Amino acid sequence: MLLDVHGLKKGFPGSERQITVLDGVSLSLDAGEVVALTGESGSGKSTLLHIIAGLEPTDDGSVLFDGEDVCCMDDGGRAALRRSSIGIVFQQFNLIPSLNVRQNLVFHARLAGRAASVDLPALAASLGLADHLEKFPEDLSGGEQQRVAIGRAVASEPKLVMADEPTGNLDESTGQAVFDLLLALARRTGAALLIATHSMHLAKAADRRLHLSHGRLTE
Amino acid sequence: MIGTVLTALLSHWRRRPFQLATLLLGLSLATALWSGVQAINAEARKSYAEAASILGGGLSELVRTDGGVIPVKTYAALRKAGWLVSPLVDGWLSAEGGRVRLLGMDPFTIPQGTGIAAAVDPSLYPELIGTNGKLLANPATATRLPELKDRLRVIEDLTPNMVLADITTAQELLNLAGFSRLFLAPNQPLLRPGLASVAPKLAIKPPATANDLGRLTDSFHLNLTAFGLLSFAVGLAIVHGTVGLAFEQRRPVLRTLRALGVSARRIVLCLIAELLTLALVAGALGIVVGYLMATALLPDVAATLRGLYGATVNDALTLSPLWWLGGVGIACVGTAVAAANGLWRVARMPPLAPARPRAWIMASDRAMRWQAGGAAVCLAGALGAATVGGGLVSGFVLVGGFLTAAALFLPMILSSLIALMARWSSGPIGQWFWADTRQQLPGLSLALMALLLALAANVGVGTMVASFRATFAGWLDQRLVSDLYVTVEDEADIPALMAFLEDRSDAVLPIWHVDAEVMGAPAEIYGVVDHPIYAANWPLLSALPDTWRQLAAGTGALVNEQLARREEMSLGDRLPLPGGWTATVIGIYSDYGNPLGQVVLPLDALTRHYPDVDRSDFGILVPEQNRETLTAALTEEFGLPEDRITDQGAIKEFSLSVFERTFAVTAALNFLTLAVAGVAILTSLLTLASMRLPQLAPAWALGLTRTTLGKLEFIRALVLAALTFTFALPVGLVLAWMLLAIINVEAFGWRLPMHLFPLDWAVLGALSLGAAGLASIWPAYQLAKRPAADLNRVFSHER
Ligand SMILES: Nc1ncnc2c1ncn2[C@@H]1O[C@H](COP(=O)(O)OP(=O)(O)O)[C@@H](O)[C@H]1O
Ligand SMILES: [Mg+2]
Repeated sequence: MLLDVHGLKKGFPGSERQITVLDGVSLSLDAGEVVALTGESGSGKSTLLHIIAGLEPTDDGSVLFDGEDVCCMDDGGRAALRRSSIGIVFQQFNLIPSLNVRQNLVFHARLAGRAASVDLPALAASLGLADHLEKFPEDLSGGEQQRVAIGRAVASEPKLVMADEPTGNLDESTGQAVFDLLLALARRTGAALLIATHSMHLAKAADRRLHLSHGRLTE
Repeated sequence: MIGTVLTALLSHWRRRPFQLATLLLGLSLATALWSGVQAINAEARKSYAEAASILGGGLSELVRTDGGVIPVKTYAALRKAGWLVSPLVDGWLSAEGGRVRLLGMDPFTIPQGTGIAAAVDPSLYPELIGTNGKLLANPATATRLPELKDRLRVIEDLTPNMVLADITTAQELLNLAGFSRLFLAPNQPLLRPGLASVAPKLAIKPPATANDLGRLTDSFHLNLTAFGLLSFAVGLAIVHGTVGLAFEQRRPVLRTLRALGVSARRIVLCLIAELLTLALVAGALGIVVGYLMATALLPDVAATLRGLYGATVNDALTLSPLWWLGGVGIACVGTAVAAANGLWRVARMPPLAPARPRAWIMASDRAMRWQAGGAAVCLAGALGAATVGGGLVSGFVLVGGFLTAAALFLPMILSSLIALMARWSSGPIGQWFWADTRQQLPGLSLALMALLLALAANVGVGTMVASFRATFAGWLDQRLVSDLYVTVEDEADIPALMAFLEDRSDAVLPIWHVDAEVMGAPAEIYGVVDHPIYAANWPLLSALPDTWRQLAAGTGALVNEQLARREEMSLGDRLPLPGGWTATVIGIYSDYGNPLGQVVLPLDALTRHYPDVDRSDFGILVPEQNRETLTAALTEEFGLPEDRITDQGAIKEFSLSVFERTFAVTAALNFLTLAVAGVAILTSLLTLASMRLPQLAPAWALGLTRTTLGKLEFIRALVLAALTFTFALPVGLVLAWMLLAIINVEAFGWRLPMHLFPLDWAVLGALSLGAAGLASIWPAYQLAKRPAADLNRVFSHER
């Protein structure tokens, strides 16, 4: 088992009382598995992904990644985990604006020390970015930017790719294409994929679907 | 991995070369001004130390209590009694570009370990002695003494502005019959008769130190340092602004880096490495500029110190490696100070913190209130220091606290003024303009504070300088009572000169004096004859109704302002004088520009108490139209060399030129500070411009053309500069008052009346408008030419 989340609880201080976002969430993920996480906007999908990636602390519960508890690690340990084993794709793309497409694509792989094994021409071709390598993010369309972000995530050969509404900022057909690309690349590299979306349509393509509502997960 | 992170961080600067240039410019200017001033100070201190070491060399000396010359027979008596003493002749030679100090020593008796013994290789001794003995000087000093060319022997690394010779050579050149001082060798025989029995008129003087000169010149260097510090602070304002903004702009990148697995600690380390690199580059640049600046200013500074304090300072810089390191160090410290806040925020930033570059710029009202609170604290501290403490340091604390307070108050004052304008303005454009100006204020406030400081310093120092010039020129007119000044070569010529002038002039006024120690500090004692011209001209600060009559009657003495202030003396006090007698103070006169205390006695009292007075100087009263004929007669008929006759105008010109040079240094620093403030405004405007689109786009969409927007940008800069100047003017005048009434009195011992020069303010006001206008032209032009698409984009992806 690659990922084992157990009894996760998380609340945020609200205006009057604590708002419980996650109320005992458990899930597990095998290597190479593709899982869709659905739920209304504001249901806590992003919060769950952030906790798994060690970007946000939990109130209670455990996150075991490859048998190690993410919650017990210090900032350096969590950073090392993200660097070497987790690729993240955000809704806002979050590319580095001052680096060009080529540099952005290999950036995560370089951090992970795996830049040597990246076949950049092939990667760029599969992302449809072969002609854009020298451009800067601000010169790309939203769909193109998200494809760079996906390429950046998979190029570092992580065990797990997490995507947080990767198509949320894109129109429907572009979104579909980006999603298909993500799926194909994940399957090709053998990475597990945890993808948060509120589109049931996209979720259908996953191996398994989890639904988050009122702080609890259902299949 | 560090390398990868650094690439990402540094790529920011590659995409924003202008921001990078701004940062480097601010930092290197700050470093340059700081280290330039330090270089000047270091050079001066080194020269003082050299002079002190060669003058004393750590040995005690015997001097005459009345400051007179030690007769040869006293010296002989001491030697015979077993005292191990060595004679020294110390005096000044006139040379091109000011005087040169001449030291005459006795090679046979000079104790080893004195500065002079160390400076002269014993193999040179044979050349020194004899009737036509050589004089030693360094190359620069040698060129200033063309008349002695044949007798000079150039020694490369001798102290500047100084000539060494054998004792007889020095006596001959200075026309001296005895010795100035006697060195006391460190190991004296135990059994020797006491000083009082062998030489009752001599006293032991402890070794001279660099401090003697240091004390006198401290205030001058403190002034320079204060200016250096001010410019440094202004430069740091730029750095703080750019670094803070760069951090804030890169927050999304930092967040992404965290998400991609870079820990907060690593990010901070990388940012520190980045800043360190920038600091090193800027520091190196700054040092070079600072070096050039110091080289350019040093001759003026040296001339000033020579004229004002008689201190000798090298004209050329010889800097130690420590100075270079210090320059780089100060650049790093400056960067650290300017970036500390930003770094701290990054270190504590949660990984998912949102980026708000505009929030950084648009600091809240709360920050402004904090600043006002800080200003109140500074002001209270300054006033406290002024009332509790005393002395120069508390004076500078007062000035520093006051300026800081004024700068911190500025945003609040501007904000209220703008709010007031907004209330008065009608029409949508006016309202939008004022609202927008107010919103921009926090982003510009640092630059405007820098402008305020530069302007206030300009008004303050300018007023002081101009007041000084006005007072000094008027005072010189009065004080230089005689029309011609002559110096005889040999005192034996005096009767002949008197007879010669008898019916060629209205009066001959001896200007005889001794240099002596009065109340524990070096001073000059002058004697004057009874002549109505003194009563008519001599500027007295406090006097009795019949001061001059009393002086003529021999019942008192006049003292200069600095001596009176230093010893807290007023009319009627008893003044102890060398030789163990006292005189009543019957008048206090202003004596601008003289570092020494001065006493004026009736001439016969002077010669009675101090028979060894220097009698070579005379003033001559002669009608204007006869002046040239008399000068010609003195040189041709009487045979006085031309350089021994000076007319009043030449003396006045020389004295004024000394001060002009002093103030040339101040003026240069003043101008540089203003320039730095101008750069600060430009850079803030440009950085603001890039983030103001969301603010401007709605106004554009509502029908303001881009040209109008550009014009409004330009006008805004002018308005803000004008408001800042309006506030800077009273601040500067208060500063001027502090400088004149507190700092000057503490530093020099005399107080100047304050004069106002509205014309100078008008020029400065125009200059600040010009600087702001110039700084805003480019950003305004860019805005006017901005593609509509840029503005449109604001609406398409507003996040
Ligand atoms: N840092 C935060 N502080 C306070 N409330 C938060 C914070 N982050 C998320 N929330 C709240 O938690 C809930 C879940 O948010 P999120 O996980 O972003 O939902 P989703 O991604 O499913 O739309 C929302 O109600 C949101 O307002
Ligand atoms: Mg979300």
